[in-house]
Amino acid sequence: MASKYSNITFQGFRRENGRVGVRNHVVILPVDDISNAACEAVANNVKGTLALPHAYGRLQFGADLDLHFRTMIGTGSNPNVAAVVVIGIEPGWTKKIADGIRATGKPVAEFSIEQKGDFETIRAASWAAKEYVHWATELQREECAISDLWVSTKCGESDTTTGLGSCPTVGNMYDKLIPEGIYGVFGETSEITGAEHICKTRAINDEVGERWYAMWKAYQDDVIFAHQTDDLSDSQPTKGNIEGGLTTIEEKALGNLEKIGRACKFIDILEPAEAPAKGNGLYYMDSSSAAAECVTLMAAGGYVIHTFPTGQGNVVGNPIVPVIKITANPRTVRTMAEHVDLDVSGILRRDMTIDEAGDALIDMIRRTANGRNTAAEALGHREFSMTKLYRSA
Amino acid sequence: MSNAPHLLVHEKADNVGVVVVEGLSAGTDMLCCITHDNSTFTLTAGADVPIGHKIALTDLKAGDTAIKYGEDIGKITADVPKGAHVHIHNCKTKRW
Repeated sequence: MASKYSNITFQGFRRENGRVGVRNHVVILPVDDISNAACEAVANNVKGTLALPHAYGRLQFGADLDLHFRTMIGTGSNPNVAAVVVIGIEPGWTKKIADGIRATGKPVAEFSIEQKGDFETIRAASWAAKEYVHWATELQREECAISDLWVSTKCGESDTTTGLGSCPTVGNMYDKLIPEGIYGVFGETSEITGAEHICKTRAINDEVGERWYAMWKAYQDDVIFAHQTDDLSDSQPTKGNIEGGLTTIEEKALGNLEKIGRACKFIDILEPAEAPAKGNGLYYMDSSSAAAECVTLMAAGGYVIHTFPTGQGNVVGNPIVPVIKITANPRTVRTMAEHVDLDVSGILRRDMTIDEAGDALIDMIRRTANGRNTAAEALGHREFSMTKLYRSA
Repeated sequence: MSNAPHLLVHEKADNVGVVVVEGLSAGTDMLCCITHDNSTFTLTAGADVPIGHKIALTDLKAGDTAIKYGEDIGKITADVPKGAHVHIHNCKTKRW
């Protein structure tokens, strides 16, 4: 059924595989930590490129290595990325990541450093990067339907105002846009604790609900209870949450879950950094509640815009995905104005409804998709944080 | 807005509410609003409570359950008189 949201369009970059991006990055992607320097040198040589240095990629194994590859390939494959130069220390894993990204059809060039050194690698990679910049900067945006958007969410530096205002604003947006055919995703497994009985009922059916609950329970047993040394009173909720008035994980979780609105049901559970494969709708991604890690994983899953409710004022951004900051806390609006894209503090004064706030967020999403730089982009917040499951070999 | 509330409460079943104004001082007669149905009531603040922090809507006893969003958010660990500040000094998770 057509709604007033059905006819929303935006100007996006349609990629070779049909997906639509809202940014047009040429990425210089290190396979491993020791290739960061070469990637940063290439990005310095060729303006308009973006190096994504990170801390990992050597001697990982098993599920942890799978996650590394999935994050690397997913990041390069994100439709906000036009073309990729991949640099690794040796050719094997470099090729594996480059080939994974090539499956999207976008231009990918790969270089490895052993037997050449940084100078020769940087020289060759810089030529490739320069060609990609010339090519990418001639790509044109085209009109795209709202259903072409993939919008993720995760909140941070939450307080009690997030559960009252900014999280329900995101939930209202999903209630309106999921029926229009967008892809959504939420996650933060540790932070559902206290609301797991509600989250389970928001699965599309009992089978998905049971799989979700088993995933959450395994996290509790295998991670929290296996590693905890205290009552997590400084970790979950965080010191910032407590300063903002949140007292327990249960209270934080109930506010967090407001992000999925009243009507949406999640249709599948994604591994960290996994791309959804069951069509449009809302997904759950098993993910950390740490802001930069979670946004990085969702970007690697293919999401092109991130909606980020905050209470006390989290400043996180992402190198390839615009992060829209929403707050209902009037003190944060006043003291951290440079970080706020959407002020919904009127909800607390009862002079703005959740419905109005949801519409305002949809408009900010449309403008961001069209190219408006977010506060995090303007301030240069490019946190690219890989999730690691256990120590390397 | 002169009729902006001092305290918001999610659900009728809740026994705590959230201060939504800065600089709330003890003795203030607070306008309180239940967001679920927009109904209002008044309550006197028993302490200076920062924005975002919770206030007890009724007398709570150690061992009671704190209710917010109509749900269990933890256990009360010390007696809390109506109007007083509820936080980590008198409320704790039941989870970990």
